[in-house]
Amino acid sequence: METANSTNYFNSHTGSRWTSGIMSWLTSTDHKRIGVMYGFTMFTFFFLAVCLGFLIKLQKFYPAASGWEIIPVEWYGSFFTLHSVIMIFLFIVPGAPAVLGNFFLPLQIGAKDVAFPRVNLLSYWLYLFGAIMAVVGILLGGADTGWTFTPPYSVTTRTISMFGTQFDSVSWMLTAAFILGWGTILTGINFIITIHRMRTKGMSYFKMPLFSWSIYAASWIQVLATPVVGITLLMIVLERMMPVGFFDPNKGGDPILFQHLFWIYSHPAVYVMILPSMGLVSEIIPTNSQKPIFGYKSIAIASCSIAGVGYLIWAHHMFATGMSDVASIIFSFLTFFVAIPTAIKVFNWIATLYKASIALTPPMLFALGFVFNFSIGGLTGMFLGSLSTDIHLHDTDFIVAHFHYTMFGGAAFGIIGGIFHYFPKMFGKMYSHKLANATFGFMFTGFNALFIPMFILGFYGMPRRYHTYPDIPLFTTLQQASTIGSWILVIGVILMFVTWIHGLRKGQISNEENPWNSSTLEWQTASPPTLYNFEEDPVVTRHPYDYDAFRAEVKAGTSKGARDE
Amino acid sequence: MSEQAVTVEAFHHHDEEGTRLGFWLFLFTELLLFGAFFIVYGVYRSAHLNDFKIAAESLNTGIGTTNTIILLASSLTVVLSLNAMRAGRVKLAKTMLLITMALGTTFLIIKGFEWNAKFAHDLYLQTSGAIAAGKGSPLLTPGPEMLPNGQVLFYGLYFIMTGTHALHIIIGAVWMGIVYYWIAKGSINPENVGVLERCALYWHLVDVIWIFLFPLYYLVA
Repeated sequence: METANSTNYFNSHTGSRWTSGIMSWLTSTDHKRIGVMYGFTMFTFFFLAVCLGFLIKLQKFYPAASGWEIIPVEWYGSFFTLHSVIMIFLFIVPGAPAVLGNFFLPLQIGAKDVAFPRVNLLSYWLYLFGAIMAVVGILLGGADTGWTFTPPYSVTTRTISMFGTQFDSVSWMLTAAFILGWGTILTGINFIITIHRMRTKGMSYFKMPLFSWSIYAASWIQVLATPVVGITLLMIVLERMMPVGFFDPNKGGDPILFQHLFWIYSHPAVYVMILPSMGLVSEIIPTNSQKPIFGYKSIAIASCSIAGVGYLIWAHHMFATGMSDVASIIFSFLTFFVAIPTAIKVFNWIATLYKASIALTPPMLFALGFVFNFSIGGLTGMFLGSLSTDIHLHDTDFIVAHFHYTMFGGAAFGIIGGIFHYFPKMFGKMYSHKLANATFGFMFTGFNALFIPMFILGFYGMPRRYHTYPDIPLFTTLQQASTIGSWILVIGVILMFVTWIHGLRKGQISNEENPWNSSTLEWQTASPPTLYNFEEDPVVTRHPYDYDAFRAEVKAGTSKGARDE
Repeated sequence: MSEQAVTVEAFHHHDEEGTRLGFWLFLFTELLLFGAFFIVYGVYRSAHLNDFKIAAESLNTGIGTTNTIILLASSLTVVLSLNAMRAGRVKLAKTMLLITMALGTTFLIIKGFEWNAKFAHDLYLQTSGAIAAGKGSPLLTPGPEMLPNGQVLFYGLYFIMTGTHALHIIIGAVWMGIVYYWIAKGSINPENVGVLERCALYWHLVDVIWIFLFPLYYLVA
């Protein structure tokens, strides 16, 4: 790759015997290379899962009576399982922390690398191994349990794949999830210690940029929740192999206990997915408003309290399981509680925009799209958190739409916006803004056209995970609107890849350090960053979003601002 | 992409305190991992109180006590090894490490005999029969020869919890072997005891988990 400056992380790296080629990447302990590798792997899987999602929506274009069958009914379960497993375990959980966290956490706090570079590489290898294992396992074995692996179905199902092969795909997938889990735990430990021990001189906790704060909160969740689900998934594997019924009521076990143990991890895990994206939005919005973020401390503390309260609300996934009423009421109440720090963040982002001179750059469009989509996702979550409406909406398309509004419209928009934001820093090149704006236009329109009809469908009783639906005019119209939305969204996703590849190959080479004129520390290094990130250890004296002080520094020549100002 | 590539020496960042902090966090995740087991145990014991009591009576308390003593002794020897190393007595440190490994292996051998005896009776879980027949459990409908549900759960948990614990003993012992090799090579020395210290911490964790497993399985009867 041609780049402007001579010793950057593309042509020099640490910790490997190989000097060039793919092995020099796969064995490098440089946090920047590991971040880029995660990004490449993750978005490959993301594209595969988008294709599956496209087929799943296409299947719903005509009702049952028409005989329309894109996906044979016996494979449908495998399709949505593969879609969800890839999107959750391989894309959105590692998502922002593994790609942008790896790359930018050390840069943001002025460190040379993460605390344990070799453990970091091990995390990536565990991720790659687990990811390949999961995808191969489901393709050859056709697991159809959904990503939640809920027993007793996950214990009894014996499947045949779409290629006719048969083996114990569910056990295989559970083991893969266990391995992926250990990769996540090690990344979490690494980031926590990096933040505690490696902040540069003057970088006190409340001078850290907000993305670092959100990574910190998310890392604690990863460390504290993942081991529990790991062992629970292994118990399902053992139950499939031995005649013990840990979660089988016929053998004295309790399937609801599995759901408790599963959601103890998996509910906090949704905050692992969303918090780093919130952090990215907290970077993009002040940069493109050129003013300090409103309520810096309250956003940092909100991140941590979301992580804390997020622990105590897992059973709101289980209102329909016959859990005790007292427990349901308590969990419902606590669920409303978590809305408070989330709403504080949304309020702060909006307040930052007030009287700002807003630059509608591509990352800013994604950040604003995030705020819009995530507000819908969060507010519909309140419907599901209240006991009586949840009984009506449980296991319908409504919940699918809610989840996608938070996870795709929220978390994924944040990650994509973050990559557009950091692209010039990562690669020293600028993508075409026209293509990027078109990407946003298609993705935002397509996304909303796809999922708003699903709210209504779910409200009128369309169950989730169904292969087809009866020929009711309302259902047919809404399903077709939703499918057409999926086509627009897929065009947006393809355009996104085109923008990135075009930017990497033909993008304008630029060694401009700070193209967005951002005040945080990571923009003061070279683009792309040099091997040890900073020529000499930076010393931090001011608040990360103090734009007045930043402009004075640029004027005095002590900080690098955008060249065209 | 990188024709004129250069490999720069790995980034040397040595932060003993940070490493120790990270290792404690890792140990905490191990505790959480067993914590999930303990939750499951607690829930099923309260649901099948009598069955758990009956099943626990079949475990040999004498063997369990012996194993507990062995593990406690190994905790002492590993700490003696660490102290000897800090005091510069490398030879003593090596001997103590060898004794710890030997005690760990003895624990595993005794555990192996204990497990084997249970499999040999072909009573608990009907595991050996099911494996020999190549059948997975869901196909095996509980027949009249099966034990009551609560007892099957007890033995199931007994096998996977002590099994996971034994796996940790194996990892710890293998790690100690590597540490021994590093001491012999001189890369772990009185000035640099970090790895030995972390290895000892891990061994203590494995012991502590056994201290909880022992009463839950052998003494509840």
